[in-house]
Amino acid sequence: MSILTWTWILTGLSFALYIYIAIAARAKTTGDFYAAEQSVHPILNGMATGADWMSAASFISMAGLISFLGRDGSFYLMGWTGGYVLLAMLFGPYLRKYGKFTIPQFMGDRYYSNSIRVLSLLCAIFVSFTYVAGQMRGVGVVFSRFMGVSINMGVVVGMALVFFYATLGGMKGITYTQVAQYCVLIVAYLIPAIFISIQFTGNPIPQLGMGSQITAEGAAFLNDPSAQGKYMLEMLNGIQKDLGFAAYTSGQRPRIDVWFITMSLMIGTAGLPHILIRFFTVPKMRDARSSAGYALLFIALLYTTAPAIAVFARTNFVKSVHNVEYTKAPSWFKNWEKTGLVGWKDKNGDGIMQIAKGKWDDAKTKNEVKIDQDIMVLANPEIAKLPNWVVGLIGAGGLAAALSTAAGLLLVISAAISHDLMKAIVKPDMTEKEELWWARGAAGVAVCIAGLFGIYPPGFVAQVVAFAFGLAAASFFPCILMGIFNKKANKEGALVGMAVGIIFVAAYISYFKFVAPELNNKDHWWFGISPEGIGTVGAALNFICMWVVGKFTPEPPQEIQDLVGSLRYPGKLVVPPTSH
Amino acid sequence: MSVHATKELQAYWKENLVIIAVHLAIWFFVSFFCGIMIVDQLDAYMIGGFPLGFWFANQGSLVTFVVLITTYVFSMNHLDKKYDVHEG
Repeated sequence: MSILTWTWILTGLSFALYIYIAIAARAKTTGDFYAAEQSVHPILNGMATGADWMSAASFISMAGLISFLGRDGSFYLMGWTGGYVLLAMLFGPYLRKYGKFTIPQFMGDRYYSNSIRVLSLLCAIFVSFTYVAGQMRGVGVVFSRFMGVSINMGVVVGMALVFFYATLGGMKGITYTQVAQYCVLIVAYLIPAIFISIQFTGNPIPQLGMGSQITAEGAAFLNDPSAQGKYMLEMLNGIQKDLGFAAYTSGQRPRIDVWFITMSLMIGTAGLPHILIRFFTVPKMRDARSSAGYALLFIALLYTTAPAIAVFARTNFVKSVHNVEYTKAPSWFKNWEKTGLVGWKDKNGDGIMQIAKGKWDDAKTKNEVKIDQDIMVLANPEIAKLPNWVVGLIGAGGLAAALSTAAGLLLVISAAISHDLMKAIVKPDMTEKEELWWARGAAGVAVCIAGLFGIYPPGFVAQVVAFAFGLAAASFFPCILMGIFNKKANKEGALVGMAVGIIFVAAYISYFKFVAPELNNKDHWWFGISPEGIGTVGAALNFICMWVVGKFTPEPPQEIQDLVGSLRYPGKLVVPPTSH
Repeated sequence: MSVHATKELQAYWKENLVIIAVHLAIWFFVSFFCGIMIVDQLDAYMIGGFPLGFWFANQGSLVTFVVLITTYVFSMNHLDKKYDVHEG
């Protein structure tokens, strides 16, 4: 069977499964809709968190990004996993003890202030929309590349599916669909990696394979007998050097910048509302701790495989394209040329493809080959000549990654509108049934807006992703942390801290991304910290403001201090009733 | 109603804070210290085909993170039992 047939079969089966789950797990109460009645098993919650977390970008783009960045790419690997250690120890269990449905609600209750609740819900909506825009586009892109339908058609199909299970099932439907989506995406990611690792090194574990020696079969596959017995990374370092690049295992970015980006991504992860609310869905405090552990285990499976794919795919790509006559180019190269992800421009007129430093369309450089980062994952199975069903899996996996993240984000937006805005502030006397309709309606509207972002992608999406993490790091992380670990943290401190954190980060990023993009380099950054890493500084400013302002303003009321105290212990201690 | 933590529970919280501090120290050490600050120095050593610093940055930190949450979960479950506050 052809790749196209396999893609249709595997994607069709996975979609049927998602729809079946959505019908089986309909939400009946607001508790169902916002927090799946707090009855999700920690292992399942771990899987759902994994799917929630791993987006279209993690699945499709990350390995390719790393393959270009070399060791510097490690800020993605450490930054997007290390946050779970913080979640498990600093946030998850205590938020579960609090047990209410949304992050703006926690913020509003803990800091006894509707202004903080509104500020938090605006942040949550902004962060989630920033993120969801890329997901719907990702759905369209996967559809168009693997199934030959247009990007817009793909976005519409994705929208319809998410609309169906998010409005019907709420958190409950989303959770169980995400469990299935995790299974699909991890299988789709690991199988090609395992095949390739065996092909090159004989080691079935890609994480070890990238540090192993190339076998005789691997050398034959690379068409380079001298490769036999060399370590994979040694081989790639040699290739990089021959092409005029720095060694793959060396770092180019200033270490201070890598440090700040890693920290910003970690605390940003711990401050993202769609991840935080997952801890509301488990039955007990100790389940919140263990489900963070499972989540990280499931995430690390993909995140430790990504650098292996980066190493194998880059080696393979260069070896099968560089110095090869275009007329003898492998068939996958010509297939993917149609999508614009790879390309060739014969600058020196010799009919041979040459890879070098610099842009392929810049006449001054010697590089003749365009390599889009996404090709490293999307075409990887074809480059490695794997069977067609493995190639077909990639499409289903990419869709699972994009849809699951989109659904989690849409739920945050929907809950922010129905629960934090309508129920809490605009119309407190509405019934549960009414609130549920608001929740479904808001989810529906949010899906449509997300779909529009997918069809008409705003050009600034890539720029504002730094915003999402920076904002989460500078606003939610410090306030939630202090809210749990410092009983005396008060409303005034939190307001000033959040405002200063948000304004600082927004100003710094806007300046370098929009006002003066030509200055966006390490000579102009403050202390060599890029906009991607500035969230760390924003968080520090937030902490300082909270502490200083808190010293000069009244302590929180006794019942708030008691509430904070009760969050710290599991068991029968009752949370005092809150204002609503 | 108001909830006043007894001395027992304050001791529980203190022990929890110590456990968190130890775990976060290791978290910081493997990622920010070994994976970033002294990565070039560590790269002088090889384990198998990996330069050591590169390994910490690409794989080692992540593996340690998983182990850290696991030991935290076990320590806290033990602590819950010790202070008799475990749930169900």
